[in-house]
Amino acid sequence: MTGISFTQESQLARPTGLLAWLHLDLPLLTGLMLLSGVGLVILYSAGDQEWALIQRQLVRLGIAFGVMIILAQLHITHLRRWSPWLYIAGVLMLVAVIFFGQTGKGAQRWLDLGFFRFQPSEMMKLALPMMIAWYLAEKRLPPKRRRLLAAAIMTLIPVLLIAKQPDLGTALLVASAGVFILFLAGIGRQLISIFAVSMAALGPVIWFFMHEYQKRRVLTFLNPENDPLGAGYHIIQSKIAIGSGGLTGKGWLNGTQSHLEFLPERHTDFVFAVISEEFGLIGVAALLALYFFIILRGLYIATQAQDTFSRLLGGALTLVFFVYLFVNIGMVSGVLPVVGVPLPLISYGGTSLVTILAGFGILMSIHTHRKLLPT
Amino acid sequence: MGRIIVAAIIVTLTLLLLLTRMLYLQVLNHEHFTTLSLDNRVKLEPRPPTRGLIYDSHGTILAQNLPAYSLDITPEKTPDIEATIQALSEIMPINEDDRKRFKRLRQQRRRFDSIPIRVRLSDEEVARFAVNQHRFPGVVVQAKLLRDYPLQEQTAHVLGYVGRINKQELQKIDASNYSGTTHIGKNGVERTYENQLHGSVGLQQVEVNAKGRVLRVLENQPPQPGENLHLFLDMDLQATAMEALKDYNGAVAAIDTRTGGVLALVSKPGYDPNLFVEGISSKAYKTLRDSLDKPLFNRAIRGQYPPGSTVKPFIGLAGLEKGVVSFNQQTYCPGFYQLPGHEHKYRDWKKTGHGQMAMEDAIIQSCDVYYYELARTLGIDRLHDFLTTFGFGSRSGIDLTGERSGLLPSREWKRKARREPWYPGETLITGIGQGYFLTTPLQLASATATLANRGQRIRPRMVESIDLPDGTREATRMESTQLSQVDPEHWEQVIQAMQQVVEGLRGTARRIRSDHYSIAGKTGTAQVFTVKQDEEYDEATVEKRKRDHALFIAFAPVEEPKIAVAVIVENGGHGGSVAAPIARKVMDRYLLREARP
Repeated sequence: MTGISFTQESQLARPTGLLAWLHLDLPLLTGLMLLSGVGLVILYSAGDQEWALIQRQLVRLGIAFGVMIILAQLHITHLRRWSPWLYIAGVLMLVAVIFFGQTGKGAQRWLDLGFFRFQPSEMMKLALPMMIAWYLAEKRLPPKRRRLLAAAIMTLIPVLLIAKQPDLGTALLVASAGVFILFLAGIGRQLISIFAVSMAALGPVIWFFMHEYQKRRVLTFLNPENDPLGAGYHIIQSKIAIGSGGLTGKGWLNGTQSHLEFLPERHTDFVFAVISEEFGLIGVAALLALYFFIILRGLYIATQAQDTFSRLLGGALTLVFFVYLFVNIGMVSGVLPVVGVPLPLISYGGTSLVTILAGFGILMSIHTHRKLLPT
Repeated sequence: MGRIIVAAIIVTLTLLLLLTRMLYLQVLNHEHFTTLSLDNRVKLEPRPPTRGLIYDSHGTILAQNLPAYSLDITPEKTPDIEATIQALSEIMPINEDDRKRFKRLRQQRRRFDSIPIRVRLSDEEVARFAVNQHRFPGVVVQAKLLRDYPLQEQTAHVLGYVGRINKQELQKIDASNYSGTTHIGKNGVERTYENQLHGSVGLQQVEVNAKGRVLRVLENQPPQPGENLHLFLDMDLQATAMEALKDYNGAVAAIDTRTGGVLALVSKPGYDPNLFVEGISSKAYKTLRDSLDKPLFNRAIRGQYPPGSTVKPFIGLAGLEKGVVSFNQQTYCPGFYQLPGHEHKYRDWKKTGHGQMAMEDAIIQSCDVYYYELARTLGIDRLHDFLTTFGFGSRSGIDLTGERSGLLPSREWKRKARREPWYPGETLITGIGQGYFLTTPLQLASATATLANRGQRIRPRMVESIDLPDGTREATRMESTQLSQVDPEHWEQVIQAMQQVVEGLRGTARRIRSDHYSIAGKTGTAQVFTVKQDEEYDEATVEKRKRDHALFIAFAPVEEPKIAVAVIVENGGHGGSVAAPIARKVMDRYLLREARP
């Protein structure tokens, strides 16, 4: 009787059994599991059929789903109470990264806590929207200008600290989380226009503060053929992989661009090009449909939330997930500059996997801990 | 609630936008990107054909392909080329010429082509590089086939040689057929028969990865090897002629009168063509080029010499044919000749004179005065027209490049070339093969063969047959024309006189008389240095390079001719004593070889 449609269940007919007991949302869980499964199949091809790679990814998926299940058990009121403290701890750790951080891939992102390495910017992807949602939910919506300004400053502090590392991709995701909360909180159309205009005006200013490699990425994005063997190589090869896939693709394990090593970063950030090459437009459309289903389910959960904090947080987390998807595909298909954003739940790598599934854990908690309201 | 719906709409639209982008890339531009993808992974590798071999008439190999090692650098894969060459020079000698060749070739080739920095590596050098290979990215030892001429200078002027393709040649050849080929025929038979010898390129379609490593062969179209050539050239005769010339510079051309096939074509001195295959060192080249003996000059087809008295039988025949003289008509030779009303004395080589002379004696003893008179009565126009039919003054059309035409002077030629009228005195000296008259040794041999054949003129050729790809052997075509208007009796009269040159008691070439077969011949002497009026010519005191050239033409056997020979010995002195014995040795070798035990 429980389908996986996102509108099917009424508030009176809540699912019972193991899933209900574990506070898991079946449609969301199905979508996420399906996506992870697809991800493993693609990684097997993109990683040159290396079993060790699949095994490592399986372990990470296990940990990430574990984190999701744990978070789903917590009642949303606990999360709300912890929001400011998580945020403050996050900012402090970001500052610590600047002084004591470890360098990897040319950027200082890691904090060594002795027993394990930790990436505070990753935690900020959750802590920031929680903080802003907590702050704005304190008073009536829509928020007053003074509170909006405060919320903007709260967003800017961690974003600037992350951009300084430099980690443009994460900074972008964290900033978008803050912006989505403000948007969902119902700020006026006038303010939205002012925001859009000031972002455009900020462009040159941001350019001025950018690192050399970041500037080069933007220039390369604007004209990849200028430097076909250097910086433009990624985009050119990725477009060739996608375009040569055609409608039906070259078939699983048969992508020449990926298997003959023309496509760089093929099992991490550029994995979408492998999918496009091997499964064609049909495969891509099916994959986007799966993502679309997950996003719509997330947004539906937000509409069903019983308090402002849950509604704002649920909506923003879902939209951040969407930003992952959009930025990654946009960059791989050459409509956005190259920023290091993985394809959620498919790209090889553990850190973002845990954060993303933690976000879905919160969403499930929001949905499954609702009080039964008398009609 | 309202804002979430707005967000959902934005998400939907954005995803549709991405899908549109994918549609654009994967469907609308699918073909374009498929091409790029194929370009990425599929590379066409040319497989050069093996060059055809060249054999002499007995199957002796004259040109072959031997495996050799070269050390090649691929500029694209080599980080610092200068430093690499410097480091390589510590392992094996790399001299200035190697560097120059590398530099020159690098300008002509593409960045991903490999270019030799050293050629003809010894086994030891190959081993020494192999040990150090890890230090030199982009440098490899390559085994390839190099053209080799085992008989070296004996065949140099005939075969020519192959060398690296240069810029001008690159524009003329079919670039795709030569895509894997580095060498091309530069002159001689190697050049004339370049198309047959080269063959057609094969193609190998391979799949490569991003680093350019070949992963597998997708398609293989093997090259079609070049065709083998079989020459008329007889290395026995060629070697005999070279040896007979001793230390003299000169040329020998021997033609099979029945086919026009060139049996021997010697130009001395020669050179070692193998030096040119991988690029000759500039020092060695300079030595060859600047030598006074001109070893690079192919005298047999490019050397232009006055024919001297060897032209007399042809002029005698002209006189008989044009009816200005009969065979037995007598002319008195006082030792000199004067044109009516002129003071100038045209000398005979015999100062005391020959006395009463008919045509036969005039050929046997080579009386100049008889021919002064005959030339005068014929006139330059008739002389020119008749000699033209024997091929004087024009290229024989042999299948070799660079042949010169010689010069058969005429009124018209002089007006055009010199802007002067023709003087009667010039007709006289043309009549004894001097003055403006120039012939090449091959031309003389060809004219002699025409005489031997009683008017059948055959175009001389080097190549007898070609091995076709289907395994059959195709003979080259014989081209001949018949000088039909000549009276058969006149042929026999002139030939009879030429036979007496060798066999008569007073013949100028009587010393080469053979007991085994009959020979018809004519001696000649070409002045290199003009003797002034009333001046004595003393052979002993004239320095060697100013001495006369000795000439001799002959064919044998007289009754059923098989071979015609022309010999020119530069600064050899008298034709009868120096040139004739060389011709005799060549004819002996050819005609008596089978008879010997």
